Amino acid sequence: MRLWAKLEDRNPTGSVKDRAALNMVIQAEAQGLLTPGCTLLEPTSGNTGISLAMVAKQRGYKLICVMPENTSVERTQLLTMWGATIITSPAAGGSNEAVRVAKGLAAEHPDWVMLYQYGNAANAQAHYDSTGPELLLDLPEITHFVAGLGTTGTLMGVGRYFRDHKPEVQIVAAEPRYGEVVYGLRNIDEGFIPELYDASLLTSRFSVGPLDALKRTRQLLELEGIFAGISTGAILHAALGVAKKADEAGQEADIAFIVCDGGWKYLSTGAYEGTLEEAEAKIEGQLWA
Amino acid sequence: MAIEVRVPTILREYTGGEKSVNAEGDTLQAVISNLEVNYPGIGGRLLDDSGLRRFVNVYLNDEDVRFLDGLNTSVGDKDAITILPAVAGG
Repeated sequence: MRLWAKLEDRNPTGSVKDRAALNMVIQAEAQGLLTPGCTLLEPTSGNTGISLAMVAKQRGYKLICVMPENTSVERTQLLTMWGATIITSPAAGGSNEAVRVAKGLAAEHPDWVMLYQYGNAANAQAHYDSTGPELLLDLPEITHFVAGLGTTGTLMGVGRYFRDHKPEVQIVAAEPRYGEVVYGLRNIDEGFIPELYDASLLTSRFSVGPLDALKRTRQLLELEGIFAGISTGAILHAALGVAKKADEAGQEADIAFIVCDGGWKYLSTGAYEGTLEEAEAKIEGQLWA
Repeated sequence: MAIEVRVPTILREYTGGEKSVNAEGDTLQAVISNLEVNYPGIGGRLLDDSGLRRFVNVYLNDEDVRFLDGLNTSVGDKDAITILPAVAGG
């Protein structure tokens, strides 16, 4: 039974989103959607905005991010550093609400370009073209792939890649479970499923709460010396659950999981200090993933 | 047999504000029918003609039932069911 960590914190701005952000911009340019100095608009809980901000700065675009207010201060600091403008959306409804606000702004400003990570095929395609092949090249014996379920881009791209090249690989989603305020929708039909999502590409999907995510984030640091963000803890928790099932079934397994980013932008959340319960209480109500 | 069902804020109007209730049943379908008996109206918010409503996610011990047996998923004593509206991250 082997666990393999794919270190996506080693990307240029420090997260797995660099892959999707660059590909979305490159594809938009190829389709003639972007003009020099134009304004990009994107709903994001942080990492995609940061990735896009760097790409935008390098390629001469402006960026406006719609980000929920209940995200760590480091995300705001990094976005501002890269030159992005931030519009905050209410904590209630989490990213659903950020998407709703962004769609409204896009309708009001037809000259802005919303690449829209939740529905842009170039997001998943980035993972089909790069993340998937890297995994298979580095770990041909891979049996399971575990990643976070947010926009679903990573899982859809890698899932489709393995369906085409090694279909027996199990594709496992770790979905962060937030505090009640994030699920505070006005009605249940205000739910949102990313347009990229194709459930047929997944083998299983686990909900992981903050306590388990924090526990595993700290274990990764203490036992392996890997300093990762809290969403990685959630992914590792699911990976360990999958490992346990395989072990109980007497199966060999080589389980690769994504380390989405480093812990740097979550230091202010208190995730890495005090007791687990203290840390859990501090991130209650936050979009911690 | 007692199965714990965790209810999201948006459905607590049916459970008198309770965030966690007990239910009985040996499948998820049976549990939902049992919930409807004690908390009338809740079933209609979870199910439509095609089964589980699109924007409703149900987890059995934290595993999404759509990847188990859906409404036919077996449920036993001490299992925990969590109901959540579909909220994306990213």
